[in-house]
Amino acid sequence: MSHDHAHDQAHDHSHTHDHPHGSDLSPVEARVRALESLLTEKGYIDPAALDTLVDLYENKVGPHAGARVVARAWVDPDYRARLLADATPTIAELGIGGRGGEHMVVVANTPETHNLVVCTLCSCYPWPVLGLPPVWYKAPPYRARAVIDPRGVLAEFGVTIPETTRITVWDSTAETRYMVLPMRPANTEGFSEEALAALVTRDAMIGTGLPGTVPPSPPEMPV
Amino acid sequence: MSEPVPKTFAAPWEAQVFALVVSLQEAGLFTWAEWADRLGREIRPADGPEQAADYGAWLATLETILAERGIAAPDSVAVRTEAFLRAAAATPHGRPIRLENDPLYRS
Repeated sequence: MSHDHAHDQAHDHSHTHDHPHGSDLSPVEARVRALESLLTEKGYIDPAALDTLVDLYENKVGPHAGARVVARAWVDPDYRARLLADATPTIAELGIGGRGGEHMVVVANTPETHNLVVCTLCSCYPWPVLGLPPVWYKAPPYRARAVIDPRGVLAEFGVTIPETTRITVWDSTAETRYMVLPMRPANTEGFSEEALAALVTRDAMIGTGLPGTVPPSPPEMPV
Repeated sequence: MSEPVPKTFAAPWEAQVFALVVSLQEAGLFTWAEWADRLGREIRPADGPEQAADYGAWLATLETILAERGIAAPDSVAVRTEAFLRAAAATPHGRPIRLENDPLYRS
């Protein structure tokens, strides 16, 4: 990068973000643009298709899809049974699936077992139901510690699991990607699927969180 | 419960790297199992601690694969990267940075 004018902004002290003589491109941005332009020239990619993909993962795919699956499983015992037996086609019943979710496995939390999902190799994650993984999921501390100290990891997420509850850790791979079916919160009898889905967080479906809680409804006042 | 929705990508280049890898996977350049294997190796350097499997690691993994396959040799990527840096320096702020803006550009 050339810095001929070397940030000499003596002519204007009022701002620092303006670059009147050119645009900034970081080395990593330039590398990505270089790859994209070389691959386009060689016919390997179509820039318009890249834009469509980015829009899809930025704006459309996300944990709201997984939350719909969880809510359905909470209200429909048959759906739940199918989901736990063979997740991919059962999730597809709701129109959810595809890339990064070719073979999904759903594991259910119970009072006896809490499930936690990690990818120890890299960052494998069930994209159709959860979107793309958060930064911490891809970082070495989580990848390493989820396996050797799951209870400690959960504590850092503010989640306390009873000592009597066993924690099972599932290692996602490119071929098999796990999602947790959390337990339905108390005091949600009569909730619509939509209201239930709103309680389901991304972390609850990774196992590093729990669904939202609902306070008991107050006793009915005599008229 | 509404938790703040984190941004999927921290910067536009992360989104571009993700989309490049998905496009090339779907073009048949590699399977997801191969990708995970290569990414897993990329983030475990022989001479240092394990790295995050972030989009910087995706970019490095992609560059390695493209070099191996003879699709984009490291020197041609370096030459094109320098061209984009020159193009950016020559592009007024706020305008699209095009390769043609590189003062040394030859069509």
